[in-house]
Amino acid sequence: MTNHIKAILWKQLKDTIKNKNIFIQFVMFPCLTILMENTIHIENMPEHFFTNLFAIMYTGMAPLTSATAVIAEEKEKNTLCVLQLCNVKAFEYLIGNAIYIISICMIGSFVMGLTGGYAGTALLKFMLIMFLGHCCSFLLGAAIGVMSKNQMTATSIGVPVMMILSFLPMLSTFNETIKKFSKFIFSEQLYILVNNLTENITTETGFILTCNFVLIIIFFLITYKNVSLES
Amino acid sequence: MNKAIIIKDLSHFFGEVEVLSHLDLSVDKGELLGLLGPSGAGKTTLIHILTGQLKFTKGNCCILGKSPLNMAGEDYKQIGIMMDNLGLYERMSCYDNLKFYQMLDGKRKENIEPVLKKVGLWEARKTQIMHLSKGMKNRLAFARAILRQPKILFLDEPTSGLDPTTVTAIHQMILEEKHRGTTIFLTTHNMHESEKLCDKIALLNNGKIVEYGNPNDICRRYNYKKKINIHLKNGQDIVFDHTREIWEVIKTYFINDEVETIHSTEPNLENIFMELTGRKFDI
Repeated sequence: MTNHIKAILWKQLKDTIKNKNIFIQFVMFPCLTILMENTIHIENMPEHFFTNLFAIMYTGMAPLTSATAVIAEEKEKNTLCVLQLCNVKAFEYLIGNAIYIISICMIGSFVMGLTGGYAGTALLKFMLIMFLGHCCSFLLGAAIGVMSKNQMTATSIGVPVMMILSFLPMLSTFNETIKKFSKFIFSEQLYILVNNLTENITTETGFILTCNFVLIIIFFLITYKNVSLES
Repeated sequence: MNKAIIIKDLSHFFGEVEVLSHLDLSVDKGELLGLLGPSGAGKTTLIHILTGQLKFTKGNCCILGKSPLNMAGEDYKQIGIMMDNLGLYERMSCYDNLKFYQMLDGKRKENIEPVLKKVGLWEARKTQIMHLSKGMKNRLAFARAILRQPKILFLDEPTSGLDPTTVTAIHQMILEEKHRGTTIFLTTHNMHESEKLCDKIALLNNGKIVEYGNPNDICRRYNYKKKINIHLKNGQDIVFDHTREIWEVIKTYFINDEVETIHSTEPNLENIFMELTGRKFDI
């Protein structure tokens, strides 16, 4: 790991402790999961209901909003230019942020998994699914952060995307019409996967997830190329 | 090679608008050059170009013999920059802000304490940036710029909007850096600052250099309009054009013991800028 990536990791850790907006994103859903799993027990409620639901909301919300906020703030406050003058390359900056945000989210996911009663292989599968979700969500958030000139723009683009990713899986359980559309979104497919950990991944789920991942990478690369952090 | 910065026929366009036009300028090693001009003259754009943050449209320039477009890791360590919008991490402390930049350079933190003491922020080292005054933030940004002990220091309006005490403190620090042998490229719209600090100045207007040289030499060059200002004991002020004929009149005032003070008024940079461009040197 380069000095630049190490320094960015250190800086993010120092900064996030004092950044309440981002800190809340990281801890809100793990805390909600602990609270709900330990206080609400309804008859015939599916197993791991709150854990699975909040886990998918977490993956659609925390990495996306954190990546968007961090990058947009750096652009707005002009700290990104100072990093450039320290010869920090855009990819080093993004890798540093990705390692930091995804690691924190994985810790949150681990807490949620344990709270939901997952153990052994099930916990491993749960963590793998969450990792996939966090990566997709981070890339989307980074693309939004890169294309936004300031935090205001980043929020106005990021919030609708975050709401679609986080809430559609929940809403689709109540409405068949929504389900027809939401199945094309990675968060819905991840929700299906965490609800069926013992079963094998279906061709449809695999295909949709792959398409989502490829499309997000293409979107990120196009944004990155057009708006480049270095410009 | 004795030149730290060389700019040759440099032009830059933002879309159709030419913001810098055929600039020719050089800065010797250890020299303090002031780039003066009103807002929108192109000062910050030129700093962005010289520090490799912006690709120029035409011409050529080099920093310590290297084009800013080809600067790599070690080249960046030779320059320090204090930008007009500072670029500090607001939620981190003074100490941590400097530590972060030391980490980016792969260095240890031993430089931080003397630099913070030098700018008078050692006592406030644990204070978050968001709780500092504007003057303290500027001093910290200056500290960050000199932390690497750079060969070239770019200062973009370092005293803009500050109180006189902080301005004096920053001037002192700039002069200390100059005495250390650092080449300094300073942009300002403060004529007095440039007269006090700079070895040479370049007056920039609408992207063009309209005058260049030592501040005193420039003032002398435009001294053909010098005046004689007499303050009489009765409180009256009289201004004469500096001609042979007026001496008889002045002599009379002296004989009658009416003169309180007498002095010549030479043009200052502000007057010269107005004469050259027809516009006031407003910010």
